[in-house]
Amino acid sequence: MSADVVSSPVQLDDEYLDEQGRIERLLGPEWARLLKGIVTNPLSVAGLIILAGFVLMAVFAPVLAPPINENWNTRIIPRDGFSAEPRPPGTPWEKNRPETIPFWYGITGHDDWVHLFGTTSGQYDIWYGVIWGSRTALFVGSLVVTSSAIIGILIGSTAGFYGGWVDEVLMRLVEIFIAFPFLVAALILASILVPIFGRSIWPASIALIAFGWTGYARLLRGDILSTKERDYVQAAQASGARDIHLILRHILPNAIYPTLVVLSLDMGAIVLSFAALSFLGIGVQEGYADWGQIVSFARSWILTLDKHWYIIVFPGIALLLYGMGWNLVGDALRDILDPKMRGR
Amino acid sequence: MTAYIIRRLMVLPIILVGVTLLIFAMLQVLGPVERSALYVRDIPHSEAALDAVIRRYGLDEPFYKQYWYWLVGRVDPETGETIGGVLRGELGYSRTGREPVVDTLKRRIPMTVELAIWSMFPIVFIGIWLGIKAALNHNKWPDQLARIVAILGYSFPTFVFGLLALLIFYARLGWFPPGRLSTEFSQEILKPAFVNYTQMVSIDSLLNLRFDIFLDALRHLVLPVITLSYLSWALLLKVTRSSMLEALRQDYVTTARAKGLSEKVVVNRHVRKNALIPVATIAGSTVAALLNGVVITETIFNLPGIGSAAAAAALSLDVLTMLGFALFTAALFILVNLVVDIMYGVLDPRVRLE
Repeated sequence: MSADVVSSPVQLDDEYLDEQGRIERLLGPEWARLLKGIVTNPLSVAGLIILAGFVLMAVFAPVLAPPINENWNTRIIPRDGFSAEPRPPGTPWEKNRPETIPFWYGITGHDDWVHLFGTTSGQYDIWYGVIWGSRTALFVGSLVVTSSAIIGILIGSTAGFYGGWVDEVLMRLVEIFIAFPFLVAALILASILVPIFGRSIWPASIALIAFGWTGYARLLRGDILSTKERDYVQAAQASGARDIHLILRHILPNAIYPTLVVLSLDMGAIVLSFAALSFLGIGVQEGYADWGQIVSFARSWILTLDKHWYIIVFPGIALLLYGMGWNLVGDALRDILDPKMRGR
Repeated sequence: MTAYIIRRLMVLPIILVGVTLLIFAMLQVLGPVERSALYVRDIPHSEAALDAVIRRYGLDEPFYKQYWYWLVGRVDPETGETIGGVLRGELGYSRTGREPVVDTLKRRIPMTVELAIWSMFPIVFIGIWLGIKAALNHNKWPDQLARIVAILGYSFPTFVFGLLALLIFYARLGWFPPGRLSTEFSQEILKPAFVNYTQMVSIDSLLNLRFDIFLDALRHLVLPVITLSYLSWALLLKVTRSSMLEALRQDYVTTARAKGLSEKVVVNRHVRKNALIPVATIAGSTVAALLNGVVITETIFNLPGIGSAAAAAALSLDVLTMLGFALFTAALFILVNLVVDIMYGVLDPRVRLE
């Protein structure tokens, strides 16, 4: 569709096109509608603002929580000693303190480094964990979602396009993978992978990918089954287009929209699952800058949670907002793409 | 209808074999030496003894042979006894439970089932009721409330929700404690006078007419049940709402209204019945959400169910316990999905004609 518009012989003067027309010419009508829907729906705007906040947090992490010294590994939360008792927000930072005080620090009302969000047992600083944890969340989320989407799209489009026994075999394979509840399956595979990859983000990420692709495969297969019967695909096929050209050029671009919805919902859901695995102690090592890992410290303080609320509340809010941001955007996308909701 | 059920049943063995193959394939990630540690309590230090273990369980043989041994068991070449065999109910020895995996599962399943049973009430009542209310008041405040509940439900990580619930209602207010029963009653239910019919305290206490224990058990169940089920409320709420909205737009509803039927009759007799058909299909996802949820919920609230056993096993790489849990959940999940598919076929004639 977009190709038609761009190569149209009638050259329209840019001045006569309003901004929306220009966007539409650039992206094609469907993408333009998506973009317009997202920026005009208040819920998705709220979601986008939340997500932009997390991206800024990740980008400006070195400003918000400056490296404590030159050799500091940014993935490991700095710790102020080793004592077991968590300390509340505002406690002065004694050992292993960051060398620089950032320019904005005055607004906290302190002249020198304190534990802004308190510390966990083992004296890991929660502020550092929350800030640098945004990088872990965005990285793991994109890595897992992209990988599972690619696998799912490959398998789903193969099954949908070729049909017959290929479809039968691939879909039975999918059914086997979804016979396990997602988190249970990921928990088991991740724990088996720990001795191989060591305690890092990899065991949990690989496990989430291994069981996360099935949704995309099923969705895309269904979309392709219905798209490939359309006239323009049949026409392209009749004119001798090769399979790969048909899939990439004619079928995928028109079948991909529902996948976008799942993609954005998954960006949040996967990070919540990853955090749940961290919380159970599977995956990253103690002290890794990961929100779930920080919350897991609360397990030792169940009886005195009212005193040590900050271990849960700060990383918990980060997780909740992060999940909510993606859910708001994903929900809006679904409404925009739902043909029944069109024009409402 | 029969053809539809037969078709569904014919796929079942393929899936079951596939599931066991997948579980077994996950085991292959480990090398023979690590895997031998799954069968014996201590890895022998001498090389010869280690080799003996590997030979005894056939851990150095090709993949398909090992799978067969694992599935049906194997005759020990030296002693002549049959060892292992998942199909014979030999799931191995649980290191974390210090007993055979089968016993761990048997002992812990009632707690998990009890949680699941109690969770059904809020899921069905809050989910469906709020979903219907939302659809009937499209874009008014009940609808907005439903939207917020749904989005919060999807975005709240279970473990954060559970811990916050404990923070507020236990640590601060002291209303709902963690654990299964208060100390005084946990001794009581071990006495011979208390008959454990089902091993589910909240139900056994009723059968024993011990209402004090029943109330105590309920008090301990409130937070875990809410934590376990809120995701499913959200799920059901969303599906009910959209399928009600869909049904309200149908021509036969317009006809019913045009006939002059009262709105109440229209909703009760014409809309709700058809709107609840798609709701039946998410029974499968609800069971999945519950099975995922028990791992976290039981761990946080310190409840002796299979979920907390799986979490503990995963932490100390007790693979056999985890695989036992995986087999159990997969079997249950497949069964539920089969029932749902058949029910859907019964409810909606269009499905079985496909």
